[in-house]
Amino acid sequence: MSGVRLLYSKPWIWSFAATIAVWIATVLFTGGASSLGLSQAALTFAAFSVIVGLGQMFVITLGPGNIDLSVPATMTLSGTLALKLMDVQDGMIVVGLLASILLGFAIGIGNYVLIKLLRIPPIIATLSMSFIIQSTAIWTNRGLRIKPPEILANFTTSNLLGVPNIAIVALILSVIAWVLLEKTIYGRWISAIGQSTLAARMTGIPIDGTRLVTYILCAVLASICGYLLASFSGGAALNMGSEYLLMSIAVVVIGGTAVAGGNSNIPGIWGASLFMFLVVSMLNTYGFGAGFRLILTGLIIIAVILLAGGRQANR
Amino acid sequence: MRISTGTIRLVIPAASLALLLAAVFYMQPRAMSYTGLNLLFNLAVPIALATVAQMLVMAVNDLDLSMGAFVSFCACVTATFLQASPAVGVLIFLGAIAAYAVIGVVIHVRELPSIVVTLGMSFVWSGLAVLMLPSPGGEAPGWARWLMTSRPPFVPMAIVASVIIALVTHFAIMRSSVGVLIRGVGGNVRSVERAGWSVIRIRAGTYALAGFFAVLSGIALVGLTTSADANIALRYTLLSIAGVILGGGEFIGGKVSPIGAVIGALTLTLAGSFLSFMRISSDWQIGAQGAILIVVLALRLLLNRLEKREKSR
Repeated sequence: MSGVRLLYSKPWIWSFAATIAVWIATVLFTGGASSLGLSQAALTFAAFSVIVGLGQMFVITLGPGNIDLSVPATMTLSGTLALKLMDVQDGMIVVGLLASILLGFAIGIGNYVLIKLLRIPPIIATLSMSFIIQSTAIWTNRGLRIKPPEILANFTTSNLLGVPNIAIVALILSVIAWVLLEKTIYGRWISAIGQSTLAARMTGIPIDGTRLVTYILCAVLASICGYLLASFSGGAALNMGSEYLLMSIAVVVIGGTAVAGGNSNIPGIWGASLFMFLVVSMLNTYGFGAGFRLILTGLIIIAVILLAGGRQANR
Repeated sequence: MRISTGTIRLVIPAASLALLLAAVFYMQPRAMSYTGLNLLFNLAVPIALATVAQMLVMAVNDLDLSMGAFVSFCACVTATFLQASPAVGVLIFLGAIAAYAVIGVVIHVRELPSIVVTLGMSFVWSGLAVLMLPSPGGEAPGWARWLMTSRPPFVPMAIVASVIIALVTHFAIMRSSVGVLIRGVGGNVRSVERAGWSVIRIRAGTYALAGFFAVLSGIALVGLTTSADANIALRYTLLSIAGVILGGGEFIGGKVSPIGAVIGALTLTLAGSFLSFMRISSDWQIGAQGAILIVVLALRLLLNRLEKREKSR
C-alpha cells in the first residue's frame, strides 16, 4: 500500500487532484475551447493568492493563535502608496517596489511590537494594526485612481512562453520560500517554535527574533502582492485586498499546512490557490448565480478539508 | 477578603468602559441623558449577543469566523420569512441552530481546525443570505421592532437588554453545571472525557447555544434597522472576537467571562460613538478604532502588572 502511504505523506497531492478535477469539469463544459485562456487566468489569479499565502503560511507555522489579519490592509496601502510614488513614470518602478518592501518591513515590525510589548494576541494585534493601515490608505488614496507605469502594467499582464509573468514571479518567490523553510536554520526554527514553543526555548532558539522576522516576511510578501495586484488591475482600489483575508488563510490550510503550526507545505499552497480560482470559474461557466456560487464554494472548502483532514486523526 | 480571579478579570474591562464613558460625557454632557445613552448604546445589543455567541465557541478552544455571515443570514431570515410567515421562519432558525450543532460535531469527530470549517461555512451563510435578499430590503417583524424600540422607565432599552444578556449568560456559563462542562472542554478535554462525559455532546450543545445567541443577534439587529441585507453584519466576526478579548477572555483554556464579553461589546460600540463626538475626519475613524483597541489592551496589561506586583508583595 505504498500508494496510500505516499498520499498521506504528501498531503498536497489532494489539492492538486481536486484542481485537475475542477479544471477538467470546466473545460468539458465549454467543449475544450477555453482551456488555454482558463489555465492562464487561473495561474495569474492563483499567483496573487500564492504570494500572500506564503507569508500567511510562515505566520501560521509559528503555532496556534498566529494569524496575520493585516494582510488585506497592507496590500491596499502598498498598492496605493507605490502607484502614487511612481506617478506613471517608468523610471520609478524600482523605487516603487523598494518603497513597498520598506512599508512591509515597517508594518511587520509594528505588528510584532504590538504582539510582544503589549502582549496582545496576534489576531487582535494585527486586526488593530489593519484598522490603522486601512485608514492611512483611505487618507492617501482620496478616491484618486493613479495608473501604473506603462512598462510595469505591461509586465504584469503579459506572458512569457504562455506562462503569465505574475505566475513566474510567484514561482520564484515560492522557491525562495521553500529554500528558506527547508534548507535554512530559520525554517527549522519556525517549525520548532510551532511544534512546541517551550521546547524551542529550552534549546536556545531565539524565539522573539524568529517571530519578528516571520511577521516582517508576511507583511513584505503582502506588500509585494499589493504592488503587483495594483499594477495588474490598472490602479489601486480601497477594497482590493479584502477578498485576500479569507483567501490567504484558506489556501494555506487547504494546502495541507497544519493550523496547529509546526508543519508547513509550499506545493499545497499552489494547489489550493489554483483550486480556489478554478472552483469559482467553474461555477461561473455553469451559470450559477452569486448566491449558489458562494454556497458551493463554502461546501467545497469544507468537503476538501473533510477529505484531506483525516490524516490529522492519524497522528 | 480575597478577590477571586474571576472578579479581577471583570474589573479591567469595566474600568475601560467607565473611562471611555466618562470621556464621552466630558466632551458631550448632553449625552448624559436617557435619549443620549440610548443613542450611544443603540447598536450594542446585537453586537453583545454576537459576542456572547463567539465567546461560547471560544470557550471550547475554537474560533467562529462565520459569525458575521451567520448573523447577516439570520437578519435576512428575520426580515423576510419570520416577518411574512413566522412558523417557517422559526423552522429555518431551528434548522440553522441544528446546522451549528452539526458543525461542532464534525469539527470534533474529524479533529478539523474550526477556523477552516467556519471559514467555509461563512461562504455558505453569505450565499444563503444573498439568495434570500439579493438587494437590501425586507421588513422587521412588528414585535421585534417593538421590543428593540420600547422605552422602559429610567434606563434605556439598550442598557436593560445588555444587563439581562450579561446576567442570563453569566448564570448559564459560570454558575451552571453545563457551563462548567463547556469551559472544562476548553480547559482540559481529556479530564472531562475521563470523568465520563461525552465531549461530542458538549461540543454540539455549545455550538447550538452559540447558534441560538447568533439568531437572537440577527433578530435584534433587524429590530433596530427595520430592514436587512446580505452584508449587514459581516463586520461582526471581528467585532465579536475583539469583544471577547476586550472582556478578558482568552483564545484557549476555556477562560471566558460572559459579563466581560458584554462589557467588551459595549466598549466597542461606545468607541464608535466616541469617535464621532471627537469630530475625527471620517478617513481616520477606522484607524482610531484600532488605536482605541490597542490603548484598552495596553491598559489591561498595565493593570495586570500592577495586580501581580500587589500579589507578590
